[in-house]
Amino acid sequence: MRHEETVFSGFGGQGVLFAGQLLSYAGMAEGLHVTWIPSYGPEMRGGTANCTVIVSEEEIGSPIVHHPSVAVVFNSPSMEKYESLVKPGGLLLINSSLIEAESRRDDIRVVYVPASYLAGEMGNVRMANMILLGAFVELTGLVSLETVMAQLDEHLSQRQRKWLEPNYESLRKGTALVRAAA
Amino acid sequence: MTLIKTEIPEGMEPIYSYPESLTRLSTHYCPGCVHGIVHRLIAEVLDELGVRENTIGVAPVGCSVLIYNYINTDFVGASHGRAPAMATGIKRIYPDKVVFTYQGDGDIAAIGTAEIIHAANRGELITTVAINNAIYGMTGGQMAPTTLPGMVTTSTPTGRDCAVAGYPVKLSEILAQTAGAVYITRESATDIVGIRKTKKAIKRAFLAQIHGLGFACVEVLATCPTNWNLDPWEAMQWSREHLGGFYPVETFKMTDEVKALKV
Amino acid sequence: MTEQLLKGNVAFAEAAVRNGLRAYFGYPITPQSEALEHLSGRMIEEGRVFLQAESEIAAINMVYGAACTGVRVMTSTSGPGLALMAEGLSYIAGSEVPVVVVNMMRGGPGLGNIQPSQADYNFMTKSAGHGDFHPLVLAPASIQEIIDMVGLAFELAEKYRTLVMIAGDGSIGQMMESAELPPMQPVRDTVPEWAVSGAKGREPNVVTSLYLGAEKLEALNLRLQAKLAEIKRNETRSVEVATEDADLLLVAYGTAGRICVSVLREARRQGLNVGLFRPQTLWPYPEERLSELADQVKGMLVVEMSAGQMLEDVQRVVQGRVPIRFHGRMGGAIPMVDEILVDAESLAKEIGQW
Repeated sequence: MRHEETVFSGFGGQGVLFAGQLLSYAGMAEGLHVTWIPSYGPEMRGGTANCTVIVSEEEIGSPIVHHPSVAVVFNSPSMEKYESLVKPGGLLLINSSLIEAESRRDDIRVVYVPASYLAGEMGNVRMANMILLGAFVELTGLVSLETVMAQLDEHLSQRQRKWLEPNYESLRKGTALVRAAA
Repeated sequence: MTLIKTEIPEGMEPIYSYPESLTRLSTHYCPGCVHGIVHRLIAEVLDELGVRENTIGVAPVGCSVLIYNYINTDFVGASHGRAPAMATGIKRIYPDKVVFTYQGDGDIAAIGTAEIIHAANRGELITTVAINNAIYGMTGGQMAPTTLPGMVTTSTPTGRDCAVAGYPVKLSEILAQTAGAVYITRESATDIVGIRKTKKAIKRAFLAQIHGLGFACVEVLATCPTNWNLDPWEAMQWSREHLGGFYPVETFKMTDEVKALKV
Repeated sequence: MTEQLLKGNVAFAEAAVRNGLRAYFGYPITPQSEALEHLSGRMIEEGRVFLQAESEIAAINMVYGAACTGVRVMTSTSGPGLALMAEGLSYIAGSEVPVVVVNMMRGGPGLGNIQPSQADYNFMTKSAGHGDFHPLVLAPASIQEIIDMVGLAFELAEKYRTLVMIAGDGSIGQMMESAELPPMQPVRDTVPEWAVSGAKGREPNVVTSLYLGAEKLEALNLRLQAKLAEIKRNETRSVEVATEDADLLLVAYGTAGRICVSVLREARRQGLNVGLFRPQTLWPYPEERLSELADQVKGMLVVEMSAGQMLEDVQRVVQGRVPIRFHGRMGGAIPMVDEILVDAESLAKEIGQW
């Protein structure tokens, strides 16, 4: 059964919430049930931002989980918060450009992607979120990359349209990296 | 409430009659209270403007809470101080109808200060008649926001000590500073000349609304013989002398458009 | 059918527009301000009334004024704002005008925080203002349900000329989920005969909650009580999951209710015969059905994001027939599936079902 409970967490401005939304749109487009719920309020400003995305074949009960099956961590505070919470057998996807620490968990899959560095090399550090989402898609197989790209085309705001191609490229980069490492 | 129409014999012109916008009920107001006078002025104005059947009034909390028994139009009853907010809700639904609030000084200048200032500042197309008698009449003569310095009330038994109880609120002067107000005036309904001037001001305030010019408020200096412990005649004199002495009877704001209205 | 990924606050606001909302008055407060923002654009686009008031007190009184004209009108807020509106809610109830209020509950008391909570249960169902009245309170557990409940709320408000409240919480407001919006309905153009509209060719209408004299006010109260009794008979709503063979019953509403769906699945996987009873109306409370279930199950676990407010209603209905345990989180904390499960298991042991 396709079912993941994923937390995306990082600094405000890293595109954490948008990465989660894009996954939600993709899940919906593939006919799955989805919920997206952010942490919200003052702590969003400059502090950590996170959202929980559940994508499932089954109708979703709780939109919030104690132990996510996947955590995509964009910065060190997020790593500290979620590393220990990932469900045994789950996945921890780390933006190793901003997180120096290595995971001490041996009961989960840990994948390091230098997403911020690669995004910077590709011209815009803010596309780290798409590199990580590309890696997520390849690692989980929850939705297809094509669906994610189609949804990006549909939901990227007018102001951000010029970044459509570079975002595609970032998604592909994340996917390719993981595939190469496998 | 059935209207009794006065039959005018053929060939004769009525020079004075019972306003259609006034019901035939006797008011519950005390002798020497000016609420009844101002109610009648509003009724005459609604008649003269021909808008009785197009008017919705908003009643306050205070002695005039039962105004809808006397003014013969549709009415709603607001909670204490909120009449301008309720009037806003009605006027936004019915921009073409005439909406007015009738409020006492405690209602408008204490508990409802926020609502009146923001309604005025929005230029809400409503008309407000504010009765100022410097006291809470209905609850038994306690200090009002408008109670004069040194004035004895049931809650300032040794006279209003402004250092403790704060200073009297000059509402019209405050409202005149709001950008949305087009006509802010203070009148006194305690003698014939004042009553006539008050009526003219009320008519101008309704016309400002009908012509879509902006918010208008007529503050009327009034009496409370019962709680002032004065007889009606003394109360009228006291109002002119003391209220009039502290609260100047004047027009604080009148835009050129309002001035140009034919009243 | 066109499903969209919708945020709760935007979803209920747009649902209101599509249900022919004529006017919205509100004041910003987290976690529901997106509704006000959405309506600020949409209502103007549709040529309807939107106004940001200077306070919740002013907002509810603008709503009250507009409601006196008989149109569809609503506001939305969160706990601290609802407290300021309590004055108006009572006047609305006493004047018998139809109004819909959405409350996206947040952590309290006081300024508290902006995290989700269900601690306004008693406030909304039992003491929304001074005097004898109850609003009709609907509790959605998903984005689709809050959309559907907006339409229902307007229908019920108008049918009974009463105050209807939607009891959401911060997480329903902030969550995105796929849901379908209703088709666009025009604004109703008929005016109820009791409403104020200018007394053209008729006797004046007066809409007020003032009834001087005990006899008159008691008569109003008797009429209100009769209406509430009718609402109780006709409008009680609840949903059940797997109650047919349940020994242990989870009782929860709104967000806590949907969290309990996950608890139920997990418990069933472990061989525990758990069912869920989720009230959709908090007032009137679905007493009759819960009472029937009290005769069937062997224990109940009430789950709330409060110190146990609905719990008192459950205890009142069950009357000690089965043991009732409580799992509550407060201050914006959300009950977690694994933690509820621990309590469910211990209750199951206690009643000899595990």
